[in-house]
Order: sequence, then C-alpha cells, then structure tokens
Amino acid sequence: MNIAAAATKLTVNGEAAALRSPPATRLAEALRSELGLTGTKVGCDAGDCGACTVLLDGEQVCACMVPVAQAAGRDVTTVEGLARDRALSDLQAAFLRHGAAQCGICTPGMLMAARDLLDRNPSPTEREAADALGGVLCRCTGYRKIVEAVLDVAGSQPCAEPETHVRPAAAVGARIARLDGTPKLTGDEVFGADFAPPDALTLRVIRSPVARGRFETGDLAAFRQARPGIAAVLTAADIPGSNAFGVYPVGKDQPVLADRIVRYRGEAVLAVVGNSAAVAALRDEDLPVSWHEEEPVVGVEGAAASGAAIVQAGRDGNVLARGRVVKGDIERGFAEADFVAGGEWRTSFVEHAYIEPEAGWARRIGDRLEIHVSTQSPYMDRDETALILGIGEEQVRIVPTACGGGFGGKLDLSVQPLVALAAWTLGVPVRCTYTRPESMASSTKRHPAAIRARAGCTAEGTLTAFEFHGDFDSGAYASWGPTVADRVPVHATGPYVVPHVKNTSCAWLTNAPPSGAFRGFGVPQSAIANEALLDDLAGQCGIDPLAFRLRNAIRKGDETSSGQVLEHSAGLADCFEALQADWDRERAEAERINRAGGPLRRGVGVAGMWYGCGNTSMSNPSTMKIGISAEGQVTLYNGAMDMGQGPNTIMPQIAADALGVPVERIANIAGDTDRTADAGKSSASRQTFVSGRATQIAGETLRADILRLANVGPAAALEIGDGRIVLRDGDAERTLDLRAMARDAEGDVLAADGTFDPPTEPLDADGQGVPYATYGFGAHLAVIDIDIELGTVKVQRIVAAHDVGRAINPTLLEGQIHGGVAQGLGLALMEEYVPGRTENLHDYLIPTFGDIPPIDTILIEDPEPLGPYGAKGIGEQALIPTAPAIFNAVHHATGVRLRHAPALPHRVREALLAVQEAGHT
Amino acid sequence: MSVYLRPDNLEEALDALRCRPLTVLAGGTDYFPGRVGRPLDDDLLDLTGIAALRGIADEGGYWRIGALTTWMDLVRADLPACFDGLKDAAREVGGVQIQNAGTLAGNLCNASPAADGAPNLAALEAEVELSAADGVRRLPVTDFLTGNRTTALESNEIVTAVLVPKLPGAAASAFLKLGARRYLVISIVMIGIVLVPDGGTVGNARIAVGACSPVTRRLPALEAALNGRPLDAALGEAVSAETVETVLTPIDDVRGSAGFRMDATLTMLRRGLSDMGRRIGAGA
Repeated sequence: MNIAAAATKLTVNGEAAALRSPPATRLAEALRSELGLTGTKVGCDAGDCGACTVLLDGEQVCACMVPVAQAAGRDVTTVEGLARDRALSDLQAAFLRHGAAQCGICTPGMLMAARDLLDRNPSPTEREAADALGGVLCRCTGYRKIVEAVLDVAGSQPCAEPETHVRPAAAVGARIARLDGTPKLTGDEVFGADFAPPDALTLRVIRSPVARGRFETGDLAAFRQARPGIAAVLTAADIPGSNAFGVYPVGKDQPVLADRIVRYRGEAVLAVVGNSAAVAALRDEDLPVSWHEEEPVVGVEGAAASGAAIVQAGRDGNVLARGRVVKGDIERGFAEADFVAGGEWRTSFVEHAYIEPEAGWARRIGDRLEIHVSTQSPYMDRDETALILGIGEEQVRIVPTACGGGFGGKLDLSVQPLVALAAWTLGVPVRCTYTRPESMASSTKRHPAAIRARAGCTAEGTLTAFEFHGDFDSGAYASWGPTVADRVPVHATGPYVVPHVKNTSCAWLTNAPPSGAFRGFGVPQSAIANEALLDDLAGQCGIDPLAFRLRNAIRKGDETSSGQVLEHSAGLADCFEALQADWDRERAEAERINRAGGPLRRGVGVAGMWYGCGNTSMSNPSTMKIGISAEGQVTLYNGAMDMGQGPNTIMPQIAADALGVPVERIANIAGDTDRTADAGKSSASRQTFVSGRATQIAGETLRADILRLANVGPAAALEIGDGRIVLRDGDAERTLDLRAMARDAEGDVLAADGTFDPPTEPLDADGQGVPYATYGFGAHLAVIDIDIELGTVKVQRIVAAHDVGRAINPTLLEGQIHGGVAQGLGLALMEEYVPGRTENLHDYLIPTFGDIPPIDTILIEDPEPLGPYGAKGIGEQALIPTAPAIFNAVHHATGVRLRHAPALPHRVREALLAVQEAGHT
Repeated sequence: MSVYLRPDNLEEALDALRCRPLTVLAGGTDYFPGRVGRPLDDDLLDLTGIAALRGIADEGGYWRIGALTTWMDLVRADLPACFDGLKDAAREVGGVQIQNAGTLAGNLCNASPAADGAPNLAALEAEVELSAADGVRRLPVTDFLTGNRTTALESNEIVTAVLVPKLPGAAASAFLKLGARRYLVISIVMIGIVLVPDGGTVGNARIAVGACSPVTRRLPALEAALNGRPLDAALGEAVSAETVETVLTPIDDVRGSAGFRMDATLTMLRRGLSDMGRRIGAGA
C-alpha cells in the first residue's frame, strides 16, 4: 500500500495520463511540470487564491491542495479542456466580450469555478454566482465584469457584442475586446513561471528571518558538496558589478544579496541554485547562516525618535527624502478663514497582492544575457541588471512574459538580478519563482502614512488655506520613497483651488520592507485626509458636501498649489455634476432608511481626486514604432508593458487610426528590449497619455511617409494588402509595391517611430512649477451600510465619474475603474500588511467576490490636446477617491470620523464607542 | 524517501499507525497550506482511499458523520433543522473548492481556535470517535479539542467519525460569523446555537462561541438563563456580560482586539437568540 514509487493514472481533459511525481506532490505542480498544462496557475499554494482551481470529477477544487495520489483514477478538467477544436467555449467568449479578464492570472480559476457552477445550475442568480466563484481572488477587475460574464452566458444578463470589425479612423473609442485576451482564456498565455528551458536550474532565495541584524555564513562550499543536486550558493561576494539597485539613477541603496547586514525581514541573503528536486528538498534552516538580531527601527515614530538606531549608514536621522509645496501665506489663509477643520490620520502597509508571484528565468548566450520575466519596466530591468553584472546595457535583453498583475510592485527588481547572476556565472539557464509568503515578505508595499492636516474656509464656503504634513514609512531602502515625498505635497490639497498652501512630507527609513510604488504614490493616503477636511468644513458652513466641492473645484484657468495654471482638460466639475442626481436620490434614501433606527445605518459620501499623469517634473519619454513588412504585415513595436491594464489593446487602436488601417491588421510586439524602443515604465498613469501619444505620432508619421511616397493627398484611404499598399484619393488610385523595397532588420520595408515626452518644468524650493503636463480628475460617490453594533461596513454602491480626456476603449476603462475601486475599498476597510504576521492571502485580506458592490462608471471626456486623440491616464486615478468616499459615507451615517485605515470592524466599533462616551461626559 | 500510504480499509490504516508515526491526511486543506515553500517529506497516511469513512448515516440514536465527509457532503445532505447552523458554517469554510475537499473531522483535528465547524458541533454535543488498532473511544468535541492546535488524539489513533446525538424534531440551530470580508475569511467571532423548544419556551439551550478562546467554549450560565424563557424576539435579552466574560478569553490579533471580540460576542448572541426566538415562536 506504500505507493511512493508508483505512477498515478488518471484522466486529464478527457485523455488518459500518468503522473510520475511523488504521490504527495501538489496536483497543480504535477499538471504544470509533467503535463505542461500551465494554464493552471499557482498563486499561493495554500488554497487562499483559487487560481489553481480545476474540476476533479466535475467538482471545483484547488489543485494546490490535492496530492497527486488522490487524483488516481479520477477525471481532471483544466482550463485547457474548456475550448473545443481551438474555439472558445461560450463561457470563455463571454469573459472576452465583457472584459472579465485583465491580467489573466486568475482567469483559469474563475473559468473553472464558473464551469462548476453552470454545470450544476444553468441559470444562477448573481448571489449564486458569487457564492460559487467566491473562492477565487482577482486583484484587477473588481469582479463585476466576471459576474456579468457568468450571468450573460447563463442568459440572465446579456451584453452587446464587442465591436470586432472597426472601420479605419474608428478604432479609438470602440469597445473592442482585449486583443491579447484569447490566450488568457485558453490557458495558453505564458506568465513568468510558465516556461523555462528543460535544462534550467532552479534558484531559491534564502531570506532574512529578522528585521534588523547581522549574519555570518558558515562553510558554504561544504554545504554544496554535501548535496549533489546543488550547483551553487551565491552570496554578495559573487556579484561582479555593483551590489546595489534602486529606481533612481543615483542613490541606489538596495543590495541584490545582503552583505553581512540585513535591514528587513525577507531581505535576500543567499541564492541557492540547483536541480528542482534538490532545491525543493531544502529547508531554510539547512543553510549554514548564523543570525544576530538587533532591535529594529519600527514605524515613523521609531525612525524619528531621538537616539534611534540608523537604518542606513550615511542617512543620519533616518530621513530618506522630504517634499514641500508652499504657496501664498498660510498664516494669512487661516486668518481669513471663518471655519477651520483639522485632524490626524494613519494608514497601513498595503500589499500589491498581484495573484502572480514574481517569476522569471535567464540564460546566457555568448556574451549576452536574456531575461524572461514578469515586469512593468523592461528597460529599467535591463539597465539595472547590467550595472549589477558589470556588463554593458546592450548585453542584456529583457523579454517580458505576460504580467499577472503589477500595480507598481513589479517596477522594482525581484528575480531579475538573481537569475541573471546565476545564469551568467553558471552558464546554464536558471529560473526562479517566488512563493507567496516570499513575495509578500520581500516585495515593496504602499507607504504607511501618518498625516496631520487642517483646512480653512470662509463662511460662504470658499477655501482659504490648507496645511498638510505627511510622514511616510519608506522601509529599509529608497525604492520609490522620494517619489511619494514629491508627489504627495503637490496633490495633498486635493483638486481644489486654495490660495494659501503649506504641504510638506517626509519619507523615513525603517527596518520594514521597502515601500515603493503602489497605484497612486501616496496620494490615496493623502486624499483620505483632504477629503475628510472638505466634508468637515462643508458641515461647519452648513453647505451640502457635493455643493461645497463644486464651489471649490479646480477648473480651467485656475492655479494649482504648485502655481500651475490649468489650460486644458480639467473636467472635475463635470465629474461632480455627473454625480448630482445619484447624490440627491441616495442621500434622501439614506435619510428615509435611518429614520427607522436600528443598528444598520445608511451613509452616502463623496470624494474628488486629481492626479498628474507621468513623472513629477522629470523627463519620461516614450518611443513607439510601427513597421510594415514586404508582405504587408503592419507591426506595432510596443514597449508599453501590459500588466492587464490594456496597452496591448489600446496602442493598436491608436496606431490603427493614426495610420488609417483597421485595427485587426496590426500585430503587436510587446516589450522586448531587442525589438521595442524604451516606452518607459508602466507606472504613474503615463502609458495611455505618453506612449499613446508616441504611438499616434509614429502612426501619423508613417502615414505621411506612405502618402508622400505615393504622391497622394492627406485624405487618401490606405488598403494594405499582400505585398502592396493601394491608396485611393478621390478618383486617383496608386499602388506601392512593398516587395520592391529594402527590408530592415525586422523585415519591415516601411517604418516610423514616434517619441513623446510630456512637457514639465522643475519645481522650485517651494514646489512651484509645472510638475505634470496633464492631470486626470474624478469623483466617487459611495453608499454604505454600517452596523454600528458590530463595526462592519458594507459598501452597497459606488458611482465613479472620471475625466479621461478621451475614452480610447470604454470597456477597458471601466475595467480599470472597477479594479481601482476594489483596491480603494480594500485600502479603506481591510488591507493591512504586518511584517512577519500577514505574509499570506488569508491573514492579509483583499476584497473577495462578495465585497465589491455594483459600480456605475461615468466617463467624462474633456480632451487633453497633448494626449492621443485627447486621452489621458486612468490607472491610479480610479483608486484615489474610493477610500475617502467610503469614510465620508461612514461619517454621514454615524457622525464618526474614521482616522485609521484599514477600518477593520474593531477600529470602527472603537471609534463609535469613543464618540458615544464623549457624548455622555 | 518518505512513505505515502493510501490503504482502502481502516484496519490497514490503524495497523500502519500502530507501527510508526504518520501524518494523517484527508482533504489536504490544512496540510498543504502549512507547507508552502517547504519540502513535502512527511511520512503520510492518506485516508481518502477508505470509502467506508465517507458519508452521513442515521444510526438510530445519533447521526454518524464519517471522517471523510466533506463540507459539501454535509451541505447537500438531507438532515433535520438542528443541522442548519452547521450547514451554514459549512458554507463559510473557505470557498467551494475547500468545501469540496475539506472534511469536518479534519477541521476538528487541525484544532484552530477559529475552526468554523467547532461551535455548532459543540452546541450539538457531538462526539468524536477515535479508533486505534486496539479499540475505539469517544470523546465529546469539547474534550477532544484541548487547546490552540492541540487535541486528545493519540499518535496511534484516527478520528473515524463525528457522532451527533439526535434531538427532537423541533430543535433548531443557527450559526453566526463575523469577519472582515465576505468570502474566504477567518472568523473574528463565531456563534453556534442549538435550541430545543418546549412548547413556547426554551426547553434546552446550547450555545458555543468560537475564535474567542483557545478552543470553542460553551456558555453554561447563559444556557441556564435561557431555559424556560419564552421563544420570542426578547430572547436575546437573556444575554448578559457576566454569562460570557467568565468563560471566554479572547486575544488581540490582526483580526480584532480582545475587547472588541467580547463586545461583538454579546451583540451576536443577542441577535442570534432573538432571531431564533422570533422564528421559532412564530412557527410554534
């Protein structure tokens, strides 16, 4: 009965299969590694995320928790078994149609859970669908479009067909389905962990178990020699170039492998490389490392305390960066105020929780290195890896895999330098996939904030002054801490006209994971404060909160806190106005509900937002290229990384209209540093605006070149056929013979690139200047029910209005907004990363299927002349107003101002009790 | 190389356990999460080949829930109303994936203070059947669970069933769970209630609270205070802080503070009891 040596026979997707993995092996692992069925994704190995959901004898289970032995004789269906004869099943087609897949990493799990449901219940209700799919986490979509797709395929909630055949000059604005969607639905998409050459070795990182301390390694050579499957144990001493990385050109401070000193729990210390079985057999404690723990610097108070230990030598006082925006005379501003509101707020570390952990592989080819990795920033990966290896940038090629969610967390290096170092040193391919706890312990976080702010207004409700200071816990290394310190003071006033401003910030070094980039760079935190102050002032003035915001909303011709006059595309007031009808109705409904009394109270809150697109007062160009081959294939060389947000779809849409061809004619080469130019990072809500404009320029340039070659006028219609372009201009018709033209290295005979760098001006010592070329604006309305006895807050509805300049693809935009709302809701109500304590997806809570309410999206189009066809960014904008709108709704329902995010039930209840007690004394 | 045993009968399994220590595996929903990034090199005894251990049977005086019975098996089973609370608990165990694989017996053996199945099983006065090669013994659930992650299970024993004594047909039950999100959430507080009516009054009340002590705890003083009370919407008024605070020992953790847990427990007890009082009273 010991079956340790026997093969396991089973049926997979209708065909007989045999698995030779040991019987305790996770079925997910065996399906992927033995059968190559990598459509089954591994997000946590702990049953927390559901990405690995398969059907076992027709019932959904997590394949990460099924030992291979238990699959013996049974019938397994994976996502690869859904499509028949290469055609998408109805369910998959519905997902594509609705935009239910963004990054696609959770999609196989969602599809399998939905299949299980529909096989049992062909016409489920929304509640039944949520119950059935509730075991799968999604970090991109906010779940709404998934539930729509499931109800659509069940026939209970149909949706219009997406526009598939779009005329030239009509792709921009069309709801075309995601162009890279099909492989995400069939399981064919290749993410970071889905492929490596068969001879690749596996790399495992040994990490610091202590937040601060020193370590010594013992005899690593003896350790390795005692284990035949282990090829190398790499240390800081093995790094040929600079053992320091960071996102800025100067101040790189984070070691790839720590050198005797560790500064946060989870910091990489050693890299063990070997065959997969030998590496999997290791325990961290097997390694000869001795640890000397020291008292860590915890929190901004700990960093700032007198006599605090120093986190990084040379950073006296633990100050990483400061930011400052000062305008007018703050004392005068408050002197002119009839009402003043103030307060303090705290937020927590927030984890990106992309469902795809960091993963990739590298190989050395001669004197070049090729890295295949899930990333948001291929060129930065290339340049940083070259510095670390001490080789030329041109010697490194980054080939991005599909990216299973980023949200800022895959901007910084993770596996890249480690697999690069190992492959470069050993001369064999090397792969690495982080475990979920490793991903959570080691990767960057949203900065916790400690905020003190006050604002003043006249009796009529006109803002006169705003003063803000935010201390941000930047963790052990710089990462994007300086960016947060810069961005927050610029935005902290909110999207309102204030004549007298003093906004300051400080990023502190502590012995915590590095805080880095996370959708909004500190602005979601500061918005909680500024939008609360607006409500408090409105209350003091006796003015309706929405009316108060409209009164102070920044508009064209107004000056920002940075002294920048907005000339174009400032649709904030339109966003607020778009909420008015819902606001009136929902506030009246809340009043009616609350008259009945009882523990459940309804609240309706509103919050506005603004957010600069692109880097703050820094050049951040993008270059995009379009080529046409001798055969007539149009190719977009697209370096704008798609992590689910959509550049693989909207850039071709822009290219199609700029060039004047149907979008389906355009092939997309995504982010390969040997084939695509530097489009900059997928961050700062810049790709639609910056790379979109670069694409438009490339398309228009190429079109102009073609028209000139053919000697036809600007209105000519292009028809690109096999080996030729036919141009029709009125009655004239001309043909360009592509095959007669010279080919470039890509095989293209015609090509043009476009570069766009959004114009900004430096900020002076008082933060005055032009930090951004354009801003996105928006406003959210939140309807919540709060249980005042239990402290639970249930969001019932969000209405989200955003000025996007121009909606390139409304379906994708809605998806971005839904996802931003979901992350904003998580920030508000449940997400709190505690190092060493919540390094998994059951102690760290992100919203599930049942937590996201219906979301109404309203797209305002106030065109930005610099943007492609008027468009600007949405990625971060969508998240910012959600948490403050929810907190304002809680205040409306209860009179209690929540000051600590996340507002977990115990914090809400304690705040309610504190107010009750204050009322009794 | 580690051992993986998957017998198809209980005798063989018990025999194996008599000879050597083995990690017992059923649905795997606690085993695998406990070994993320670690080698799977335990010597394992996988019970899932023993078909006789799965299923719910009427054994006259009690219901026998075989050790391999999954949460979903329970949800789908045709059982009297005293199981409604336990079924509601089953629907809150992870997602459907976990309900399809995880077992009630495994939930007890894992002995998490926040085990979703424990409060209602305690309120049902369920017993755990422990089998060894040399005999079988039974322990009440509340004796089987001895602490945070500890049980009375000996290394040569297997939990083979959970036995639920039959109650009068009118017995009703409820499960209340407080968590910070809708699905996949570890409880902050859980309440299991079983009420046996006696005409229009409470004949026998059994109440257990989970996630507020190292193990699920019954509330004898509250139960006594409820007996004889009219079944109506005022039933929750029997709840007093004294009846709860002397029994529970909640802690502060990432999910909530100790004070909040105590406070929420009182609210949930009042609501759960008043709701049941109203429901049963209206039906009586």
